[in-house]
Amino acid sequence: MSREPAETTEEITRFLSAALRRAVGPDDDYFTLGLVDSLFALELVTYVEVTFSLTVEVEDLDLDSFRTARRITEFVHRKTGADDPTPLHAGDN
Amino acid sequence: MPATTEARDGTGPSPLVAAAAELAATARIPAGQWDTDGRVPSDVLRTVARTGLLAADQPARYGGRDLTPGELGEVAAHLGGVCSALRGLLTVQSMVAAALLRWGTRAQRAQWLPNLADGTLTAGFAATEDGAGSALGEVSTVIEESGNQLRVTGRKKWVTFGQSADVLLVLGRQEGKLTTVLVETDRLGVRREPVTGQLGMRAAGIAHITLDAVRVPADHRIAPPGAGLSHVAATALDHGRYTVAWGCVGMAEACLADAAGHAAARFQAGVPIGHHHSVAALLARTAVRAAAARELAALAGRARTAGPGRGITETVMAKYAAADACAAAGRDAVQILGAAGCAPDSRAGRHYRDAKIMQIIEGAQEVTEAHIADQLLRRFGAVG
Repeated sequence: MSREPAETTEEITRFLSAALRRAVGPDDDYFTLGLVDSLFALELVTYVEVTFSLTVEVEDLDLDSFRTARRITEFVHRKTGADDPTPLHAGDN
Repeated sequence: MPATTEARDGTGPSPLVAAAAELAATARIPAGQWDTDGRVPSDVLRTVARTGLLAADQPARYGGRDLTPGELGEVAAHLGGVCSALRGLLTVQSMVAAALLRWGTRAQRAQWLPNLADGTLTAGFAATEDGAGSALGEVSTVIEESGNQLRVTGRKKWVTFGQSADVLLVLGRQEGKLTTVLVETDRLGVRREPVTGQLGMRAAGIAHITLDAVRVPADHRIAPPGAGLSHVAATALDHGRYTVAWGCVGMAEACLADAAGHAAARFQAGVPIGHHHSVAALLARTAVRAAAARELAALAGRARTAGPGRGITETVMAKYAAADACAAAGRDAVQILGAAGCAPDSRAGRHYRDAKIMQIIEGAQEVTEAHIADQLLRRFGAVG
């Protein structure tokens, strides 16, 4: 994957902000914000799969990996074997 | 039969769609009696399951027939057009199989899917409870770990074909988190209570099911705790909405055919009743609703062809439109048929009762409206 983690996070926060109709930061836990309807989790899985050309398997379904844009970024880069293994920290972008 | 006579493309239906049409033709006469009796005979259920139609959209590597969403839709429309109970059998089997295909581990898929695909096992979806209908997040069934087993305790309601299902996909909570688990119905502590006399879907083997500390192996849990509703049940319900939508299309078209046939053949004061403007209007409106529902269902089918997780909103819209179309078609067909529509053996009357159920199951109309509107607000609302 050629995408930098910061770009990935930006892409995901853009999707989440549009989907949830409010600005969502990289570390906002949108599930606990109570902003998602009953089909959103599936839509998010599909979005991640389509956007980053990967398949979310049941083994990946650790919901903590999907709680924030930054965690999704880590998941995406782990899953796609990204070159940059450095964990992201708040304020990276 | 579609509400318009537009020619199909030259390829003809797939053999399985043709098989579904034949099956529907044989069920057309006895379906009324099944409704009166409140059950489909068990040998018929077994025969239908063994056709492999019930989860024919499963991939061939799991014993399925790789049916496309469009073809699966046609199968559901054929069954729904003669018997909502048989369509319900297809719906529950294929929705449980879809959830397992998407969220089962490799081992779980290999263990369960071939038997669901060939109909050796029939499945039920046990989600609803007294305090959890449209709001399934409220379920209180408890799943506890106990050694290398899981113990399941709760009471599930309105399980379609719960009277006969071999295995149930049960939604409950493990340590508070929504979780799904497969429970075979021959296990100790499973008690089934047949439901009779309900408004519609009378032949659909509906049962309330009590799970009294039922023990299953730990590998019967599907997906980690927390994903039971948002991923597993949501996948099942999305699939269920799709086949329900097509079943509704079949029902609307069947009602239209009965109503139009009657309106053309029945003379009052020297003219067919279809010549009366008010009757003609009912027919015309039904035809438009049925055709529109078919097109929305086809649209959902095309969207779903792109793969798992696609076409969710299109499917919600199709189910919403088709449920309304068949409810209106049933109502108006009974009106046009008059006394014949009210008779105990009235096909339109049966569809009328079943159609009302379609406006409630797999997401009540009000819930689907909320979802559709939510999508609009996302698209057009300001982010702030």
